[in-house]
Amino acid sequence: MSARSARSAPGRRVGDRAATDLVGYLLRLGDDALIAAQRLAEWSSRAPEMEEDIALTNIALDQLGAARALLTYAGELEGAGRDEDDLAYLRTDREFANCLLVELPNGDFAVTMAKLLFLAAYQHPLYGWLAGSADDRLAGIAAKARKESAYHLEHAALWTVRLGDGTDESHRRMRAAVDEVWPYTHELFATDDLLERLDKAGVAVNPAAVRDGWLDTVEKVLDEATLTRPVDGWTPGGGRRGLHTEHLSYLLAEMQVVHRAHPGATW
Amino acid sequence: MYDVDAQGGGLLDEVEAAEAALRAAAERGAQAGGAGRERFDALIAADQKIEPRDWMPEAYRRTLVRQIAQHAHSEIIGMQPEGNWITRAPSLKRKASLLAKVQDEAGHGLYLYAAAETLGVGRDELVDLLLAGRQKYSSIFNYPTLTWADMGAIGWLVDGAAIVNQVPLCRCSYGPYARAMIRICKEESFHQRQGYEILYTLAHGTPAQHQMAQDAVDRWWYPSLAMFGPPDGESTHSAQSMAWKIKRFSNDELRQRFVDMCAQQIGALGLRIPDPDLRWNDERGAYDYTQPDYAELMRVIAGDGPCNRRRMAHRRRAQADGAWVREAVVAHAKKAADAKKAAAA
Amino acid sequence: MSEQWPLWEVFVRPRRGLAHGHVGSLHAPDPRMALQHARDVYTRRQEGVSIWVVPAAEITASSPDEKDAYFDPAADKVYRHPTFYEVPEGVDHL
Repeated sequence: MSARSARSAPGRRVGDRAATDLVGYLLRLGDDALIAAQRLAEWSSRAPEMEEDIALTNIALDQLGAARALLTYAGELEGAGRDEDDLAYLRTDREFANCLLVELPNGDFAVTMAKLLFLAAYQHPLYGWLAGSADDRLAGIAAKARKESAYHLEHAALWTVRLGDGTDESHRRMRAAVDEVWPYTHELFATDDLLERLDKAGVAVNPAAVRDGWLDTVEKVLDEATLTRPVDGWTPGGGRRGLHTEHLSYLLAEMQVVHRAHPGATW
Repeated sequence: MYDVDAQGGGLLDEVEAAEAALRAAAERGAQAGGAGRERFDALIAADQKIEPRDWMPEAYRRTLVRQIAQHAHSEIIGMQPEGNWITRAPSLKRKASLLAKVQDEAGHGLYLYAAAETLGVGRDELVDLLLAGRQKYSSIFNYPTLTWADMGAIGWLVDGAAIVNQVPLCRCSYGPYARAMIRICKEESFHQRQGYEILYTLAHGTPAQHQMAQDAVDRWWYPSLAMFGPPDGESTHSAQSMAWKIKRFSNDELRQRFVDMCAQQIGALGLRIPDPDLRWNDERGAYDYTQPDYAELMRVIAGDGPCNRRRMAHRRRAQADGAWVREAVVAHAKKAADAKKAAAA
Repeated sequence: MSEQWPLWEVFVRPRRGLAHGHVGSLHAPDPRMALQHARDVYTRRQEGVSIWVVPAAEITASSPDEKDAYFDPAADKVYRHPTFYEVPEGVDHL
């Protein structure tokens, strides 16, 4: 099912524009969740302790579940016959709309927790807002994901505090992780025309509006972890337009290899 | 009672029956008086469970620790061959099932280590014994997973063999082990089905998928038969374990049961079992089959399987990489406890 | 290895109205983590609506040697059970 979308055809009505916008937005949300799930799944059988192996997989499964719901909806709304698997396995690197934060390699456990803390502190209020979206189906998906992300946030916060305020080595590693990942958080709150249109329509929220809440949450955790908030400076971005880090292509190559080797097969 | 000859009788029903028997024994109450060995023997004879703080022969305790630990190690090492395919699962639905399945294996390893810990040995000690190569895990996990179809073959054959092995353990005389096995068998009921479904889908898919499925069954069949251990005549631990009601059926009885189940289930798959001599024997009321290569089994157990070194290296690396994390939280907990104490003083 | 986390016993309330029951144990560094891990390890299949975690080292248990002293004396206290008492015929709801 590799039918091309006809959505760039000329002469479309306003309603089509709204649907196209929503498809684009669903792909952003869905790709964030999918790539986050893929990275977290890499931890399976590698976590610092058995209990944590199970916890990380639970979070991966939550993200994967949200990704499937979002991509399925995107495919249906697009109307080109693409299902969740077509979107996950048959798009190329430049067609993925996830933020750079989620595609960064796992690094050590501190880097993974820093990534999860920043992502969950963003997804939780975002899904909270989207649970009241003018689009009912998106609202339903978000309401479920919101509860899950509350747990992700709590889990990442507990770990960040313990590693930050643990041993000298764990403090050093946690501080390095926060410093390394911090620049990639700016992209989460960057706005563009699509977001502004969806915001006006009451379908989505302009993410710039959730940054204050995000900072509040994150700063409290960093403070308890005896860590300081890094200075803002470099602001890498481009993921929403399909301009990614060098890491994404490898991730997709691995994720898509079996599916692409057997065109048209069912699994 | 569990019936080795039952054909296709739901294994899950047997788990339920084992749980009912455990409850019934508890209701009956122990008629066993006395103390020490006399009481232990009476409890075993009455099909009552032995509990952690009961007196037990040292050899019984040692046998259980060895067996439960080996079982736990198998769950943890067993995460690797399947975990190998999580990131490459060809559909999101399969990815979710496989993640959940490998996660269950971590959980089952954890339940089993906890059961072993009731016998007075720490999980860290057992993990150390595994990493030092002084305790074993199931030899099956030393074979590589080479294609996606291996996820199907493992689910159907390896989990199938494991379930046939494990269901009788739900009636084991040691209470914590029996209870852990009941929980594990219930949770695992989806594992074998998801494997069978993967194989079925591949076998009925494109020619390349069908071939992939057959190749996987060809590679996993004999190693799965070998999972039941050496033939009864050569099995070293069996007799005493049977007397203690840790083990309920012999290796060969369980292997036969597995073969009979598979011979029936292969039909719908449209694949073949790689044994030209597999055929129904009316007289025995069972399938005749070719024995696995037990010399190969011994070689793999001794450490020379295709993946022994890789599996152990992976486990050691994860353990070593996590050390600073485990230490950090212990340090944090101590700080928090000290602060609490200081505040109270 | 010094970094082995302490053992915790996990109790889960399966549904509203039922008591917490022991479901198993796990290792965790502190109470909050123990609670999170208990949720992940023991309620993956909607087994519960509430969790208790207790450090295993904090549990004081009776010993099997004390069994006779502790539990046998209750065996002849039949007057603690309602069936001990006779009720005249025709008297209901008692």
